[in-house]
Amino acid sequence: MRFIDEFRDGKLATGLAAAIRQAARDDRDYHFMEFCGGHTHAIARYGVTDLLPPSVRLIHGPGCPVCVLPVGRIDMAIRLAREAGVSLCSYGDPLRVPASGGLSLLKAKAALNGKSGGGEIRMLYSGADALALAQQHPERQVVFFAIGFETTTPPTAVLIKQAQALGLRNFSVLCCHVLTPSAIASILESPEVRRWGTLPLDGFIGPAHVSTIIGTRPYEFFADEYRKPVVIAGFEPLDVMQAILMLIKQVNAGRALVENQFSRAVTRAGNRKAQQLVSEVFELRRSFAWRGLGELPYSALRIRREFAEFDAERRFGVDYQAVEDHPACECGAVLRGVKRPQECRIFGSVCTPENPIGSCMVSSEGACAAHYSFGRFADLAVAS
Amino acid sequence: MCLALPCRIVELLPAEQARIDVAGVGKEISLALVEDVAVGDYVIVHVGYALTRLDPEEAEKTLALFAELGQAALETSPNGHDMLRYPRS
Ligand code: SF4
Repeated sequence: MRFIDEFRDGKLATGLAAAIRQAARDDRDYHFMEFCGGHTHAIARYGVTDLLPPSVRLIHGPGCPVCVLPVGRIDMAIRLAREAGVSLCSYGDPLRVPASGGLSLLKAKAALNGKSGGGEIRMLYSGADALALAQQHPERQVVFFAIGFETTTPPTAVLIKQAQALGLRNFSVLCCHVLTPSAIASILESPEVRRWGTLPLDGFIGPAHVSTIIGTRPYEFFADEYRKPVVIAGFEPLDVMQAILMLIKQVNAGRALVENQFSRAVTRAGNRKAQQLVSEVFELRRSFAWRGLGELPYSALRIRREFAEFDAERRFGVDYQAVEDHPACECGAVLRGVKRPQECRIFGSVCTPENPIGSCMVSSEGACAAHYSFGRFADLAVAS
Repeated sequence: MCLALPCRIVELLPAEQARIDVAGVGKEISLALVEDVAVGDYVIVHVGYALTRLDPEEAEKTLALFAELGQAALETSPNGHDMLRYPRS
């Protein structure tokens, strides 16, 4: 496909790899965090790490919306279907995330569907399908389980506005949208980075699709305040490699700037129409629980009072209850970049993509799933 | 689930919808988040919504830059081809 295949070209990759090797100095290491799960996936799938000199280390960040969803939020979605009897509509990825009591949305779905009178759980590709379901079935309460970073938030805002314009009384949203800059700030403020220095971090590969919406400007604060370079990068392997090269050059020159590798779709200001819609419908939550990062202030969105009737939390009176993660699970440390997936005791044995214990093993963008699917055999090859 | 794809607009439809072409398969998406999109434009599509337009000229420039950076490096480093395992899938 155009604009995809060219950015995976093996010959160009050879050249970029040589440029990276040349730029990387021998007398130092480079530690870059790829914030976004999309990058984690691309890096693992195309073996980008194999093309890098050993002095360049990539650290996986918390930018996978499924992975950062705390158990208590999945429990809320399940409760809505089981107790409030709604038609709960979810994107596919959250379905297999383990919830409380040995459940997941998928298991709850199997138990519910087919029973008459109760609620149900449906999987969909776009929130628009949930809205259509509500229109077709005025007798049902339809709830859209809205998760994701700044890329999925504007579509949810459009849905809520449409529901209002249509005067729908049976459509609402369980809003779990979170904000990328807050998560980056929490990593930079974490004791691992600030006090103990156990997580060396020389710069960030920033997510391109988030920046198509918010632009590159929100990252300027990190560059200024924490002296860390940020390069907004596309999701094809060559994009990631160029971003790494740009970061190495910045580090070598002692600079900390925000640079835009994805100039084909990202601007400094971002998509103003989408930003406008988001601020019309949503406001900041004072605090939100992230898996692995804990409660982060002003790190997520909730639905504004003007749209209260479309807020499933208000309409059905469900609230968030914190739940402990599985005791062996290291997802928290993996999400903060402090541990690598293979350092978790149950990685690949008890916890696999077929039977995920932690959330990082669920989505193909999760660090553990990416490493299991594409990286594990590389480790074995090195070991033998 | 953050994966989003560049897709070509093949037809504008009523109610801010459009038909796109994904590897030969037609699909309907929403244009509610973008402005002034025309048939033939490429947009980045995510969960059924166009997030932004893709600028083909900038894409060409990026590709040219890859080539230029690589060329310069390969000319000056004789063993530029070693340790290659790309692409793996
Ligand atoms: S292997 Fe499983 S349990 Fe361990 S950190 Fe990864 S997802 Fe969590």
